[in-house]
Amino acid sequence: MARVKPGEAANPAPPTVQRIRVRFAKRGRLRFLSHRDVARSVERAVRRAAIPVAHSHGFSPHPRLSWIGAAPTGSASEAEYLEIGLTRPLDPAALASALDAALPDGLDVLAAVVAAGPPLADLIDASEWRIELRGLQPGELRRAVAALEAADSVVVERVTPSGRRQIDVRKALVRTEVHHRPEGPGEPPPTGPASSSRVEATVCAIMTAVVRQTTPAVRPDDVLGALDVVAGLTPPVPAKATRMAQGLLDDRGRLADPLGPGRVTNRV
Amino acid sequence: MTGELSTRTTPSVFPALEALLPRVAKPVQYVGGELNAQRADDATWDAVAVRWALLYPDAYEVGLPNQGVQILYEVLNERADALAERAYAVWPDLEALMREHAVPAFTVDGHRPLGAFDVVGVSFATELGYTNLLTALDLAGIPLHAVDRDERHPVVVGGGHAAFNPEPIADFIDVAVLGDGEEVVGDITDVVAAWKAEGRSGGRGELLVRLAATPGCYVPSLYRVSYGVDGAIAEVAPTTPRVPRTVQKRTTVDLDTWPYPKKPLVPMAETVHERASVEIFRGCTRGCRFCQAGMITRPVRERSLQGIGEMVDTAVRASGFDEVGLLSLSSADHSEIAQITKGLADRYHGTNVALSLPSTRVDAFNIDLANEISRNGRRSGLTFAPEGGSERIRRVINKMVSEDDLIRTVSEAFAQGWRQVKLYFMCGLPTEEDDDVVQIAGMAHRVIQAGRAASGRNDVRCTISIGGFVPKPHTPFQWAAQAHPDVIDARLRKLREAVNANRKVGRNVGMRYHEGQPSLVEGLLARGDRRVGAVVERVWREGGRFDGWSEHFSYGRWVAACAAELEPQGVSLEWFTTRERGRDEVLPWDHLDSGLERDWLWDDWQDALDGREQDDCRWTPCFDCGVCPSMGTDIEVGPSGTTLLPITPINTGPRPHADAGDG
Repeated sequence: MARVKPGEAANPAPPTVQRIRVRFAKRGRLRFLSHRDVARSVERAVRRAAIPVAHSHGFSPHPRLSWIGAAPTGSASEAEYLEIGLTRPLDPAALASALDAALPDGLDVLAAVVAAGPPLADLIDASEWRIELRGLQPGELRRAVAALEAADSVVVERVTPSGRRQIDVRKALVRTEVHHRPEGPGEPPPTGPASSSRVEATVCAIMTAVVRQTTPAVRPDDVLGALDVVAGLTPPVPAKATRMAQGLLDDRGRLADPLGPGRVTNRV
Repeated sequence: MTGELSTRTTPSVFPALEALLPRVAKPVQYVGGELNAQRADDATWDAVAVRWALLYPDAYEVGLPNQGVQILYEVLNERADALAERAYAVWPDLEALMREHAVPAFTVDGHRPLGAFDVVGVSFATELGYTNLLTALDLAGIPLHAVDRDERHPVVVGGGHAAFNPEPIADFIDVAVLGDGEEVVGDITDVVAAWKAEGRSGGRGELLVRLAATPGCYVPSLYRVSYGVDGAIAEVAPTTPRVPRTVQKRTTVDLDTWPYPKKPLVPMAETVHERASVEIFRGCTRGCRFCQAGMITRPVRERSLQGIGEMVDTAVRASGFDEVGLLSLSSADHSEIAQITKGLADRYHGTNVALSLPSTRVDAFNIDLANEISRNGRRSGLTFAPEGGSERIRRVINKMVSEDDLIRTVSEAFAQGWRQVKLYFMCGLPTEEDDDVVQIAGMAHRVIQAGRAASGRNDVRCTISIGGFVPKPHTPFQWAAQAHPDVIDARLRKLREAVNANRKVGRNVGMRYHEGQPSLVEGLLARGDRRVGAVVERVWREGGRFDGWSEHFSYGRWVAACAAELEPQGVSLEWFTTRERGRDEVLPWDHLDSGLERDWLWDDWQDALDGREQDDCRWTPCFDCGVCPSMGTDIEVGPSGTTLLPITPINTGPRPHADAGDG
């Protein structure tokens, strides 16, 4: 009897005819999704939305979704990127709205364009993070950030699945800024038994940090770790970090939007 | 912990929880928000009469796919006067932080404290979840002991298969529900709603008496248990004439009128089953004597071909899952299974939706089914459950599969392109000797040889997976002595030696097994009486959590707790587990009626000891197990006279870019 090659014989995968790049956000309580959780959710949403996604060939076909450096578990993002291979051409706007409708609230599609030019990975070499530190006086944060900037090298250690890694946060740091916001828009201050008694809800220091992409990537936690190393800064409640942008650094430390080469999206 | 409970809007504990989540593993499991999850707004919360929290006392990754919870969640949320939210066990890392920061047990939907609900429904798929029940109650600020609760506290209702002997948790639950849950949750809702509308007249005591008068509901506190000098139960008697002497299970007769879940929950986190599930029938009359599920879910009730087709379609559309499991206790036994699999395989041909039949028997017919459902490309492995290694022991357990049948079946499978076969067995069965287990090795060797011959390849695999047998209530083996873990472990060592004795074949055989010790504790909890409650509580107080997980299970803790709590009362861990019971002994669950005649179970137990088989009443005359007459039910099998209705193709996604006109 002929050998059965089920994946290929029974289900020859149609070729990829178009790629669409998508920018999406990971918001609110969904910031606790890991990259694998996000990938799983998007795969299912693609199927529910009946987007004609291309599949890999072979025994166990996988949808052709390419991911770029995911925001860590616990961090929100306004700038995650994904490239979808399609078996028939689609209007990017139609794909964006269909995918957004199929995704759970908190995974929100922000933009989509037909892929063109260099690979997506070549259009991103840095991230801009916004780190919100409730219960911390902005002055205190400002002093710690100044100490970090004054150093040549600040190394923190991170435990990864492959062992302990030394990460030089200072080397990856391109630009920092400290703002303070007594009570901003967005989420209300935390209430409830855990936080209300100890935290002055109105005090909040906010930091913007642009970090260059390194291996391993410098995460918001590493930046906070570095502030602890240089200035003994320990936030009273866990910080909330949001990736605001990714892209190519220009010489003034700004990021070019990877979906529109040359277009600057993050004027600070 | 939660203090005075307000009947008004209960605030979400999420802001407090959120501050803890960055510090725990896999925080996604605590945030809710899954596709098809239902989260009542405050106005609904205030408006409905009865609020249910449905607790699955195991990890989210295990509990989320549970069909029972998903069914009741939808059924309750469809009612105008009720709402239901889900809760799962929290891992010890979060439990510690919740205690430190006074965050109460919560639901993942509204993050409302468990203590604010009217009813906490707990689904027990296995007895090893009992300690997790205590964690949840304690974190919720609900008194552990039912007797200490008052009108401010939820009614704690236990269900699931383990509820057919709830005596070991009788102190901790208010009500145990026997049998199918679809209808009884509505009855409980009605009783609670009426009682609340009457201003909670008569207090909690009155509510419990009314619940005890509801068919299928057992209220342990309204029954008094006395013990004889030999340690066995002397009598179980109602404390009030308002409750029945025995409690009968509930049976949902027409599955087609209960097509749930309609909208499967789609988790963002990884879970044990990444698929949509459609229950194609409930109940099983194969009569495997070890199988509690097959005994307590009789009679067989099939969903119709049309009903299955609609549910599969709804589930795929609503979930985006790429796999649909056709569930039952023995899926190939559906009278219309060939039409189901062919019809669904045709429907989803060329899509990436795959089908699976998780529980199948060993025969050639199943290879045809397997080929049909794997048309979409996945042909990884086939699983069969001979359960016993020798012909003799298979007669004892009434699992009639001959070794020659198995070899013929796997040869066909290997010839058709399958490369791996998984075989499930049990160890520690009644009357078992070493040789019954060692014969598993010979069977596995023959599978490899047959596979090589049929496929012409050397790399075929056979995995044998062996679990320790646990005698369960309401089965013919409810009287049997459980094998001691040392016996099981010794037999498994001999089996491993026998597998490896022939290296040329043995190297293609994988062996997976569970140690005997957790099985013994499961046996204690399965056949225990109310005296075992103190053991559960002591183990929990000493840190016992997640007993179904080997990294958390501590045999020593259970043994010590049994010595401390049972031996002063003249009984012991051994007394409850490795002791054979006599015909006249009052069993802790004798007043709970699964429909099976006690005399029939005893006769079947005697037949087992004599190695006599019992047929299946779907194809042979009724053998008077007792279920149908006592429950007023009948087997509900096809042909259903329905067809798998064609559906509109699902591949109609967003409109194309260039040729938007082709619609």
